[in-house]
Amino acid sequence: MREALFLGLALALSGVGQAHSQTRAEAIGDAGRGAEIWVFCSGCHQIGPEAEIGIGPPLNGIFGRRAGAISDFPYSRSMTRMGRGGLTWTLETLDAYIENPRVLVSGTRMSFDGLEDPRERADLLAFLRDFSDRPSNIPEAAPTARADLPMLSEETLAIVGDMAYGEYLSSECTTCHQRDGSDQGIPSIVLWPQRDFVLAMHAYKQKLRPHPVMQMMAGRLSDEEIAALAAYFGSLTP
Amino acid sequence: MTLNRRSFLGTSLALGAALSATPLIGQARPRVVIVGGGAGGATAARYIAKDSQGAIDVTLIEPTRTYYTCFFSNLYIGGFRDLASIGHSYGKLASDYGINVVHDWAVGVDRDTKTVTTAGGHAFAYDKLIVAPGIDFVEGSVPGWDISAQNRMPHSWKAGSQTQLLKAQIEAMPEGGVFCMIAPPDPFRCPPGPYERISMVAHVLRERNPTAKILIVDPKASFSKQALFEEGWQKYYPGMIQRIGPDFGGSNFSVNPETMEVDIDGQVETVDVCNVIPAQKAGRIAELAGLTGDNGYCPIVPATMQSRMDEDIHVLGDAAIAGDMPKSGFSANSHAKVAAMQVRAALTGSNAFPAKYSNTCWSLIDTDDGVKVGASYAPTDEMIAKVDGFISQTGEDADLRKLTYEESLGWYAGIAADMFG
Repeated sequence: MREALFLGLALALSGVGQAHSQTRAEAIGDAGRGAEIWVFCSGCHQIGPEAEIGIGPPLNGIFGRRAGAISDFPYSRSMTRMGRGGLTWTLETLDAYIENPRVLVSGTRMSFDGLEDPRERADLLAFLRDFSDRPSNIPEAAPTARADLPMLSEETLAIVGDMAYGEYLSSECTTCHQRDGSDQGIPSIVLWPQRDFVLAMHAYKQKLRPHPVMQMMAGRLSDEEIAALAAYFGSLTP
Repeated sequence: MTLNRRSFLGTSLALGAALSATPLIGQARPRVVIVGGGAGGATAARYIAKDSQGAIDVTLIEPTRTYYTCFFSNLYIGGFRDLASIGHSYGKLASDYGINVVHDWAVGVDRDTKTVTTAGGHAFAYDKLIVAPGIDFVEGSVPGWDISAQNRMPHSWKAGSQTQLLKAQIEAMPEGGVFCMIAPPDPFRCPPGPYERISMVAHVLRERNPTAKILIVDPKASFSKQALFEEGWQKYYPGMIQRIGPDFGGSNFSVNPETMEVDIDGQVETVDVCNVIPAQKAGRIAELAGLTGDNGYCPIVPATMQSRMDEDIHVLGDAAIAGDMPKSGFSANSHAKVAAMQVRAALTGSNAFPAKYSNTCWSLIDTDDGVKVGASYAPTDEMIAKVDGFISQTGEDADLRKLTYEESLGWYAGIAADMFG
């Protein structure tokens, strides 16, 4: 149940193209099982509100963080160099690193042979993600922020959006979001499944998702208007 | 002349109301003329043409062939964008949307015959007119300066060659020289703009000329995003920037473009670059058309962006008195969508939905350090009033500021596509 909700949210949260977000959603696993795998990591790494530098660096806020970014931690030269070169921890890069640390960062000091099973990696990543909330108000940047799904009645979800109204309302969105689905700096909002679009907008409206511009924009849209936008943007061909 | 026009106005208003209720079916296509091809005018042209699917004849009158956006022109000064990246042509509006793009100056509006005349000697009849001319400067607002001094002391408040000139002057400053800005009084185009510009100038000088100084002469007691800018200046450009507000004589100044002297409350400074941003008013054509009020800007009907002076004319963007909305490209783009919908509804009977307005302004303080302020707005009977808003916080972490900057790049691409197709 929890997992099903989480998958829906991951789809809605992702700021990249739709095909991409599908793989992301599927890549995220069961955080509960991830907690069991964490015992292999916790000998060296700490996580949670009290986490400090141990044998390894603390892993709070790992998503979206540059590799080698904890200033007091003595990283390997290899890790430091990768960070300076632009390696940032995302679902993809962490997945690759956990699978086989030395393939990604050849001189890493982390003495861990890697997790072969993609399912186990996914579960561990889902667990780690629970401790990542940065950057604090841009959930679209990477799957970093946790938020709960908005409370929506089936009636609200069942509203059939008025396409013509959606087209007019969409003009307010397209000052920033592009109709062709470009997603540089501003996420794509075209071709979303309508249900996900509606959930995401209500999550902003209820201030569960934290981006201030989107909270403001969604905050004054009625249920019908959100449905109209979902219908319109869902229909566009980029 | 003016009296005649005014006395005639009453009848033409009444007549206009009776006529415009009837969509013009069976005649030639209804005609919309748009004066000004910026964030307001270009957006309105594109939306009317796109959404009416050929049912409306759209003419866009804009003097320049390549339009340089004022927004992001500071980033060009700072070296973060090249000039070409903020220049846009009207090619797609003509070819993909069928808009009649006329590169000419609108020099007159005859509201009785509903005709716009241009410097090139052409006349364009309209059923609905959209006036989006941006700003002009209030003569005499900076003693000692007039438009003929703009090469000595550039304003660079309309982007393009003026922006290039200012950038070149900054780069040619002698070591340890002084850059001075005369900041404008409210209300003016782009409230955070002067202070973003200061940030960009400081960024350039820190790299090229670190002992140079920046002086801001400012008649305003406070300014947009002040805490954010001041925090950034302290952090990135310590000791470089001095602002003289009205408490210290910042509202009592004059300039001498010949000698490059600036007199601030009796104290004379010789400076190397002087960026004079005068007080502003609606673009001249709005005044010529009789659309301006006492403060030089155009009163509008908040729900529709129609001129209070003439219901067949909509005024958009910087030229309009848009209540709580700041004068920004984002605001103008927002006005344009409401006006486009209203114009289509009047001419073709399409739906007119309730107006929603919004704005967000991003500013860059230094590399990867972006901040933003924004709000949503709704019309009341009197004005466009703020509903909700937000602003970046001081002390935000670097990741968030970088994402805010990247978001601004995305917005630029978005609004450019929204304006020019």
